[in-house]
Amino acid sequence: MRRYFGRKLLIYAITFVLAVTVDWAIPRFMPGNPVEILIARAGLKAESAKLIYSYYMKAFGLNVPIWRQYLNFWIALFHGDLGVSLWLFPQPVMKIIKQAVPYDILLLLPAILLSWLAGNKFGAYAARSKWLDNTISPLAYILQATPYMWLGMLLAWLCGVRLHLLPFSGAYSNAMMPSFSWSFVWSLLQHWILPFASLFIVQFGGWAIGMRNMIIYELEADYSHYLEALGAPRKLVRSYAFHNALLPQITGLALQLGAIVGGALATEIVFSYPGIGFLILQAIQNHDYFLLQGSCLFIIIGVLLANFLIDLAYVLVDPRTRVGMQGEG
Amino acid sequence: MAQPRKQNEALYFMRRNAKLQIGVVIVFLFIILALVGPLLTKYQPRDYVAPGAQPPSSEFWFGTTSFGEDVFTQFVYGLRSTFLVGIVGGGLGTLIGILIGFTAGYRGGIVDEVLNMLTNIVLVVPSLVVLLIVAAYLEVRGLVFESVYIALFSWPWAARAIRAQTFSLRSRDFVDLGRLSGMKPLKIIFTEIAPNMMSYLLLTFILQFGGAILTAATLDFIGLGPTEGMSLGLMMNNATTYSAIMLHMWWWFIPPGLAITAIVGSLYITNVGLDEVFNPKLREM
Amino acid sequence: MSLQVKDLTVYYQTLRGEVHALESTTFGIADGEIMGLAGESGCGKTTLGQSLIFLHPPMKLIKGGVTLDNKQLPIGNMERMNNFRFKKVSIIPQYAMNAMNPTRKIGKMVADLLKSRNVDFKSLLPELKRRLDLVKLSYDVLDMYPIELSGGMKQRMVMVLSTMLNPSLLIADEITSALDVSSQKAVSEMLVQFRDRGYCKSVIVITHDISVLYQIADTILIMYAGQLAEKAPTDVIVHSSQHPYTKMLISTLPEVGVRYVDKQLAGIPGGPPLLLKPPVGCRFRERCPLAFEKCLEKPPFVETEKGHFVACWKAGA
Repeated sequence: MRRYFGRKLLIYAITFVLAVTVDWAIPRFMPGNPVEILIARAGLKAESAKLIYSYYMKAFGLNVPIWRQYLNFWIALFHGDLGVSLWLFPQPVMKIIKQAVPYDILLLLPAILLSWLAGNKFGAYAARSKWLDNTISPLAYILQATPYMWLGMLLAWLCGVRLHLLPFSGAYSNAMMPSFSWSFVWSLLQHWILPFASLFIVQFGGWAIGMRNMIIYELEADYSHYLEALGAPRKLVRSYAFHNALLPQITGLALQLGAIVGGALATEIVFSYPGIGFLILQAIQNHDYFLLQGSCLFIIIGVLLANFLIDLAYVLVDPRTRVGMQGEG
Repeated sequence: MAQPRKQNEALYFMRRNAKLQIGVVIVFLFIILALVGPLLTKYQPRDYVAPGAQPPSSEFWFGTTSFGEDVFTQFVYGLRSTFLVGIVGGGLGTLIGILIGFTAGYRGGIVDEVLNMLTNIVLVVPSLVVLLIVAAYLEVRGLVFESVYIALFSWPWAARAIRAQTFSLRSRDFVDLGRLSGMKPLKIIFTEIAPNMMSYLLLTFILQFGGAILTAATLDFIGLGPTEGMSLGLMMNNATTYSAIMLHMWWWFIPPGLAITAIVGSLYITNVGLDEVFNPKLREM
Repeated sequence: MSLQVKDLTVYYQTLRGEVHALESTTFGIADGEIMGLAGESGCGKTTLGQSLIFLHPPMKLIKGGVTLDNKQLPIGNMERMNNFRFKKVSIIPQYAMNAMNPTRKIGKMVADLLKSRNVDFKSLLPELKRRLDLVKLSYDVLDMYPIELSGGMKQRMVMVLSTMLNPSLLIADEITSALDVSSQKAVSEMLVQFRDRGYCKSVIVITHDISVLYQIADTILIMYAGQLAEKAPTDVIVHSSQHPYTKMLISTLPEVGVRYVDKQLAGIPGGPPLLLKPPVGCRFRERCPLAFEKCLEKPPFVETEKGHFVACWKAGA
């Protein structure tokens, strides 16, 4: 087990350092000084430009040697300081992100968990009968092939515009302020359904296919044949196969997180849903590089953490990671 | 030797596999549309052709955008770039995956450990996020850049599959026989291992191809695609930005997304069909 | 007779046609008899073993029947056969080392299996422990995962599990093939102990290694290319066989102490026929030194002396 974790932690550590370094380095080594670019785009007059220039340089720590900037970046990171936003100056990036995070959690957590659970269940059904397999599998493949944002657009158009069933923009009605009232919660839910559905449906397809394949593989394993030869009922054989097939699906979940993040980003754009994805879009459009960097770094750390948690869960579930051979008794 | 019989057997099953046939036909149709389409239209994607927001008509088969551009023209040009990214990005990703996966599988030992770690690192990183950081600073981005970028983040999937296959083939008897009879390693690779991996490489490429198309669509949609040219993802981006959904302009955003779903879905189904052809255990009796 | 097999014919469905893996086999095994089933690779011995307990696609029952303890075994019917599996007929499979679910503790798996067959695990536990003692496994294994055991330990565990319900017929498929010589001896002897203590009544020991059979089998059945060649008590097979194939097979066994310069090891030239379109008549005739025209007609499996069956027109020659 030590070996298992040791290796994983090493990967995460290296990835983390690399990600932070890339995040820090890119804007600095791109042609031009980010502050200069900003000021040029704002089209300021020479005098005021000079003032604002030196102010920003100091504010963003760009007037010290490179190695010192790198060090400062790390120090700030460990203090939870991701810099100050340009677009929403003088709000700190961290504060802006914190406001967006709850919406992401509200959207992503149920979407990922429920699609994983439901997809696996359906994949298991598909592996059970030829008829089910021929109906569920092609559908699942098509779902897997559907781009997240397109499904979002379809849902927004069908349910929102044509059928006037559900709202398709924002996280809650423009007429409201966040509060703990029932009407707010209801509005929240209504705005949540369509983006949730987009994410859920596409991922569902992927998990169903994966599970179906894994179960077929497990049903052909030696231990399945042995149980069948000893007359074990189909239920027992299937339940063993299902449990064993879940294991690679857990690692699969960890590996898919990167792709899911991309999908969430696209979905948030379609629905103007105020998560970090939407924040990133606005950062790009407003040339707010610090907000962009901070948000990206935040996401990367989040993904690494989620990976780690999933690895922990995996150790609990697969005994093979915990024990080694004891030898002749 | 055993090769001609295997090829005949493969062809026999290919002709009978419904999934394979349907999938290939659909993809083929779109390829034809991508090649021939631009010849069917006299406009360029960004030309003003008629007053905006017109639904499909006999003159403009896919209607017009809010700016009076011909959606059909955009569509067929977009198809071209989609396939290009798929081939270049998917092809490059497969190539890198082959190199790394095969080396790791064949050499084993410390080489395998290091390459494995590299693969895992690239896997963990959410590629979109890193691209955001890189692309946001680039003033000009080309189709090639996008393809290369996609390949740089999608190869781990190919590498893993190929590494596993190499491992299982490496310890097979006929490879040992080759080694025992003194064949040079390169010769063993080309004459004994490669033919058995051909089918696997094809399957891997198809998956990479489909994945590249999907990723490119998402990148283009967010606005980080090529700065010039047209693509299906860009069409959807424009449609969203200019409220096509609310304005009931379904002809603007349904065709591009539908095309991507159809192409990638067909690729996936073709993949399953091919897998059945190559892997006897999956075939129905 | 405890086990009576009559005219059993099983083919494999393949894309190129049917492979005649088992052709009209008829033989019997007495109560408490350990019969070795030997032959070259591909002679049909595993097919025969599998047919008796788990005849699944691509195997197809063409004709023939099996009776165990005077009751018909519905080997062609996967559903009905379930009543007999584990309780009346059991198997120690070729893949015994991978036969246990890797993610389940062994004790838990045994309990699951027994419960699913409507057997109370708790009441069987003391007996289970006694048998673990016999095979020299500590009770702790029940609390372990298969990965924690060595190959030999896993095999012994499977031996105990397969015989838990005291089946009338036990099929032991290549259980010594993957073991070293001293383990082979230990496992073979355990098998005999099982039979002596009544954990199983009759045993079919499938192997290509005749020296193992020499140690533990009462009788040996030699198969060739899907047909039965000879069945006789072990001593008779080894020292006074009547089928030309058996004679050549025995003579190919190296003797300890004999060196190549003194006596060269005889082989049997040629190879067994493909069973997709098997040759007519006796399938050994193309390699047989005694073959003549009558061999185009398949020789019946007849009893030439008490307990000695041979399928050859020139038996005893």
